[in-house]
Amino acid sequence: MATLHIDGKTYEADPSKNLLEAALSAGLDLPYFCWHPALGSVGACRQCAVRQYRDENDKNGQIVMACMVPVTDGARISIADPEATEFRSSVVEWLMTNHPHDCPVCDEGGECHLQDMTVMTGHCSRSFRFKKRTFENQYLGPFLNHEMNRCIQCYRCVRFYNDYAGGHDLGAFASHNHVYFGRHEEGVLESEFSGNLAEVCPTGVFTDKTLKGHYSRKWDMQSAPSICNHCSVGCNTIASSRYGAVRRILNRYHHDINGYFLCDRGRYGYEHGNHPDRPSRPRLRSTKQSGLEPETTEVLAAIGSFLNEARGIAAIGSPRASLESNYALQALAGREAFSIGIAEASSAVLDALVAALREAPGGPASVRDIEHSDAVFVLGEDPSNTAPRIALALRQSVRQVSIKHAAAHRIPRWHDRAVRDLAQGRKGPLHSAWPAQTRLDEISKSAFCESPNAIAKLGFAVAQCIGEDSSSSSSADSPLQKQAKAIAADLLEAEQPLVVTGTALESEAIIDAARAVVSALAKAGKSTVRLAGIAAEANSIGAHLLQGQALESIVAKVMNGECDTLIVAENDLYRRLPHATVDALLDKLSKLIVIDCIPSSLTRHADAFLPAATIAESDGSLINCEGRGQRFFQALSPKENLHATWDWVGRIQVECQRSDTNPWPDLDTILAKMAADCPELAGIREAAPGAGFRIHNQKIPRSPRRFSGRTSILAHESVHEPKPPEDKDAAMSFSMEGSALQPPAALVSHYWSPGWNSAQALNKFQEEVGGPNRGGPPGLRLFPGGQNGRPHGSPSTESAATPDQLLAIPLYQVFGSDELSNHSAAVRERSEPLAFSLSAKTADRLGLADGDSLSLRIGEQKLTATVRLDPVMSENLIGIPVGLSDTPVTYLPLPAQANVCE
Amino acid sequence: MDRPLTEWILSESLPIGLKRYEALGGYEAARKALAEMEPKAVTQTVIDSGLRGRGGAGFSTGMKWSFVPLGPEVPRPKYLICNADEMEPGTFKDRYLLEGNPHQLIEGMILGAYAIESEVAYIFLRAEYHRSHQVLTEALAEARAAGYLGKNIFGSQHSLEIHLHSSAGRYICGEETALLNALEGRRAVPRAKPPFPPVVGLFGKPTIVNNVETLYNIAPILQHGPEWFQKRSLTEDAGTKLYGVSGRVRKPGLWELPMGTPLREIIEEHAGGMCEGYQFRGVIPGGASTDFLVSEHLDLPLDFESVAKAGSRLGTGTMIVLDDRTCPVGMVHNLQKFFAHESCGWCTPCRDGIPWIEKILEAIDQGKGRLDDIDLLHRHVKHLGPGRTFCAFAPGAMEPLQSALKYFEDDFRRHIEEGRCPYHE
Amino acid sequence: MLSDQEKQEIEAELAHYERPQALCIEALKIVQKHRGWVSDEAIRDVGEAVGLSPHEVDSVATFYNLIYRREVGRHVIHYCDSVSCWVMGCDKIRNQLCQELKIQPGQTTEDQRFTLLPIPCLGACDTAPAVMIDEDLHGNLNSENLKDILARYD
Ligand SMILES: Cc1cc2nc3c(=O)[nH]c(=O)nc-3n(C[C@H](O)[C@H](O)[C@H](O)COP(=O)(O)O)c2cc1C
Ligand code: SF4
Ligand code: FES
Repeated sequence: MATLHIDGKTYEADPSKNLLEAALSAGLDLPYFCWHPALGSVGACRQCAVRQYRDENDKNGQIVMACMVPVTDGARISIADPEATEFRSSVVEWLMTNHPHDCPVCDEGGECHLQDMTVMTGHCSRSFRFKKRTFENQYLGPFLNHEMNRCIQCYRCVRFYNDYAGGHDLGAFASHNHVYFGRHEEGVLESEFSGNLAEVCPTGVFTDKTLKGHYSRKWDMQSAPSICNHCSVGCNTIASSRYGAVRRILNRYHHDINGYFLCDRGRYGYEHGNHPDRPSRPRLRSTKQSGLEPETTEVLAAIGSFLNEARGIAAIGSPRASLESNYALQALAGREAFSIGIAEASSAVLDALVAALREAPGGPASVRDIEHSDAVFVLGEDPSNTAPRIALALRQSVRQVSIKHAAAHRIPRWHDRAVRDLAQGRKGPLHSAWPAQTRLDEISKSAFCESPNAIAKLGFAVAQCIGEDSSSSSSADSPLQKQAKAIAADLLEAEQPLVVTGTALESEAIIDAARAVVSALAKAGKSTVRLAGIAAEANSIGAHLLQGQALESIVAKVMNGECDTLIVAENDLYRRLPHATVDALLDKLSKLIVIDCIPSSLTRHADAFLPAATIAESDGSLINCEGRGQRFFQALSPKENLHATWDWVGRIQVECQRSDTNPWPDLDTILAKMAADCPELAGIREAAPGAGFRIHNQKIPRSPRRFSGRTSILAHESVHEPKPPEDKDAAMSFSMEGSALQPPAALVSHYWSPGWNSAQALNKFQEEVGGPNRGGPPGLRLFPGGQNGRPHGSPSTESAATPDQLLAIPLYQVFGSDELSNHSAAVRERSEPLAFSLSAKTADRLGLADGDSLSLRIGEQKLTATVRLDPVMSENLIGIPVGLSDTPVTYLPLPAQANVCE
Repeated sequence: MDRPLTEWILSESLPIGLKRYEALGGYEAARKALAEMEPKAVTQTVIDSGLRGRGGAGFSTGMKWSFVPLGPEVPRPKYLICNADEMEPGTFKDRYLLEGNPHQLIEGMILGAYAIESEVAYIFLRAEYHRSHQVLTEALAEARAAGYLGKNIFGSQHSLEIHLHSSAGRYICGEETALLNALEGRRAVPRAKPPFPPVVGLFGKPTIVNNVETLYNIAPILQHGPEWFQKRSLTEDAGTKLYGVSGRVRKPGLWELPMGTPLREIIEEHAGGMCEGYQFRGVIPGGASTDFLVSEHLDLPLDFESVAKAGSRLGTGTMIVLDDRTCPVGMVHNLQKFFAHESCGWCTPCRDGIPWIEKILEAIDQGKGRLDDIDLLHRHVKHLGPGRTFCAFAPGAMEPLQSALKYFEDDFRRHIEEGRCPYHE
Repeated sequence: MLSDQEKQEIEAELAHYERPQALCIEALKIVQKHRGWVSDEAIRDVGEAVGLSPHEVDSVATFYNLIYRREVGRHVIHYCDSVSCWVMGCDKIRNQLCQELKIQPGQTTEDQRFTLLPIPCLGACDTAPAVMIDEDLHGNLNSENLKDILARYD
């Protein structure tokens, strides 16, 4: 720690930081634009000027940019210095010469960093009396709105989009005061991280287009801490609502997971809750004909009698549903008759993954660990599409080598321009093994594009090379052997090697191979080695820990007559099993009860349907791919007939007289019950404070202090002030009343601080800027690592497909493969149509060209789609996008043999 | 040899070829140095000579070279770059040298590259200098054919390739770190310093950027020694200097004179004095980004120290004369228009401040000025000073403005008070 | 698509730089030399040649004033409007050019013969006022010789 003197006061500061970071961490107000805690300094905006003195005798000092000067012990600076103050106010005045002052119609208004900084510098009256220059705006796709006149040329957008996130289609054009930020020609922004621009841009140039569709000011929205449920990474979000609907998702800083950034699936997927066809009323098949809408009580009563009359009940939960909802179903049907809703094969692979994560030295890698790794082996995963936030972290991992190189030149890591000028695009080793082209290929040192079996083989070979002396390379080595040696060498040379694997290819062998690599590295003395695993869905790991039955065994129970009544929650069985199997199952059932928040193929067949609340409308817990239990809370109290699945199940328990009263009337109760029943999940209670938590006897308000007021906000309907809804589940109120103090990180629902109205008030919610959340990052890691339980597998000897056969492998799309976000209009617009990927050679052999139509038979299914050539795929493989809505099949047991139909 | 830079140049339109250059003793210095001197000794000779960079800032050339790490452990290739971007308004000296005697540049670069152990060099040439491009291309081919470039120059272990890179415009490319970005094919935005180019430069490698005129001095210094070089000057600052004059003088032109030649001598003798009917009012001594000097400075010896003491900078040593019938406000407006347009757009004060200044000056020039405009101009001058902007461009732009406000304040006031330009009939 | 000639010229430059991306400006200039200006298509062509996206190439292309992103006439007149030429009356020269060619700076004559553009100091201050037409420098201009000079370009 260094001592820093600021305006006569003494502060402790971290010498690896710059003066701006130190001042902000000390809680001082120093304005800035171009600096960003995750993007570093470039010294462009000149807003953070302070006066620096050489020593205590230096009376003159000189004006410096705080973001460009390292903290040194004994440094003396003045923020209050009159000339520095005047200069900072001039900077804003210059920026304003071309700014349109359109705050009243600007979506950023009221949460605008430019507004904040303007006020902070004291600039308030204009001397500029000339014409402003104006720009034309561009159409950038469904996610972002573009309003270039508001630009203050801080260059943050291109630095995030290109330098940080690896985009190629946003640029700074022209020069002098005509610099323009946009695309070379208008069109959809390609990067799956584009939405972050809405938060990265300090003013209203890039704003959330979905919010614009149902706009509300920050102070009119009610917000709650939520978790993204569109993949297994578990990014923390803030969900905001008004008038009974979610309006937007913002990033909620989690030091170890998402940091400052979300992917677009996570940011825009929320509109599945606003889908026009969302089933939002309880329904009964028996009253459907009459056209009458049954009362909730009526539906519940009917369900009660279904269950009471049943010969046997089974329940199917879902890896996209909360732990509590899955647990409730398990409690209802009993362990033997409960499944988390995935097929046996998937279940086995998930089991392998969980075993690997339990075993990982030091516990599974967090996203932050991934960022800090300096050699990476991605084995059988496509993070860009299955866990985009991890892909973004991998993009940072390849920069570690240049950050270290810069450190050797005494260039600190925050000095972004200099680090990059020195690095010249130098990248650390990232080796990836995935059958098709991926967006990470451009930063990969090697890409191994072969069948799942071959990928597993490569993994085992790498593990073996690590054990042996890998430096010797013999000419007799097969290409796979050579590649394995190169990968092993890179991993052994690294300080922080990382292996990433997952369930995407449904291969236990791949996961076992990843485990083998990790344990070989650990044995070779690399105690720092990390393993990251990617699971299929938001709560795959959590649901798995409940130890349900495989889906097939539930089907068998129904088919053999053991069960005749099935309750399925948040799970479209048509995405999990062959159509024919589901059809037969439904035929055999006497009653089907469905609970879900989106319309699905299954809901049509329900005898009784209950509308589930979405994640933003409910409370509960999820366990992410790192084994971290995390809590989400309601951002709104939904319409009275929408409830969390676990809440519906509790009510059903009463109806079917299994319980006198609701066995879990609130979240804390069900958490306690679950902890008692599943000791392994007991820790989940610590993921966030319970409903009884208070600060000075007060709840935490969901509405900001500047809430417009309940009377005026509904004045178009009534001037009577409605009573805010009670919340028995959370330590939060549905109002602006409550503690004004900063709550624990798990309960933070908005970033707001005096003088800081924009999302950048976040600085005040961290222990130091860019550092851990105050009071520690929320959630609780359940896998401490080092638990050995499962024997190591070995490569499968299963032979590859014969030359005239094709092996169909599953491919994922960031926009399209996730069921929930597919129901969000903006995300839907970005998803691509069904197409088969194959190599040019294979296409040639089949007499096909890019864009031709091809029909395939896979198992029972016949599929037709256009052909897309993949430049790296190996022969005999064919990639089939999975999960896409509106395709003839939503379920395929991939990988599988595919035959070309004439 | 009194005029080491230009003595051999007979005419601008007839460049000296390799044969003639060698007949005059060219390449002797390089041949000898590579055979007999350690790289460090070459640098030391240049330090001893007292040569200061002729690109405008006047930093010791030998010192700059000495910052380059030497030895086998150092990242390679290292680079030497000749800054031939010459876009400073009023400046036309480098072009004269390039088109008159290209081999002296090549020899200087061989020596410089040897001193810093660099094997790759670039000449970064301003796009509009088509004739220079042609002359240099021919000279480089001659030198290559003669084995003076390429592998094992003069039988030494040292190799050197010189690539000629022609720019695509923009004044900021002359700023040495922006130039590096331009050479890397990027937007020519300056880089942050530190790290400095001698350590982290082109493609992240150690790099030296030197002005054309600077490099023309190297061979003569090595040939004749540091003492000889110091004796070429009238003052403390060593060597000769190319001085140029443009504006309403009888014989605008360019002369190589001892460093420290007084301003009066240059204007009255070499440039032949003011044109018929025009009086001297002031001069910008070293290209657009230097402060005005006025009559009281006519006896000033033009070297780095003396001009700095008088509140201006020697800069490029090519001066623009302001006469009594030209409006100083108009002249400053013209300069600021140039700067506003050539700003790279990276940092706020320069990108948005100079266009504002330009608009104010335009208003004043058109008789639409207000009295508080003068305060605004002063405020800008203060806030666009050194250290406040990202690079030296904007502070340079403020130099003529601040001195104009000082020396020609009455002119500004008259424009505002009379609501018109008093110089317009 | 790049012509063979363009390809060859770009490849010849490749050896002179550490990274192919560094060739961006060089490649733009080569393409402009052959096509007169840099169209959107040319931007894409250059991008392919040097391994950059069109956005990245255009970001560079639009920075430099001598990369023409709009079509120019057969001859480009660059009139110097910097300080020495201004003192020596370049405004008159510009006005005369505008009158004779019936265009404003930035425009191209209807017959595609000339495009008129301002340029910073041409380094011809001792012969101010000066213009550069294509690659030829013309100094000591006045209302008489300007006409003759223009007549040399058809
Ligand atoms: C805006 C700006 C433009 C410059 N233009 C040139 C130029 O055209 N030619 C030049 O030699 N130096 C120019 N310089 C100076 C260079 O940055 C650098 O100092 C010089 O090339 C170093 O060479 P020297 O040490 O030999 O003087 C410019 C500097 C600035 C700030
Ligand atoms: S002062 Fe700033 S905007 Fe101006 S040229 Fe330098 S870096 Fe660019
Ligand atoms: S934040 Fe320091 S210059 Fe922009």
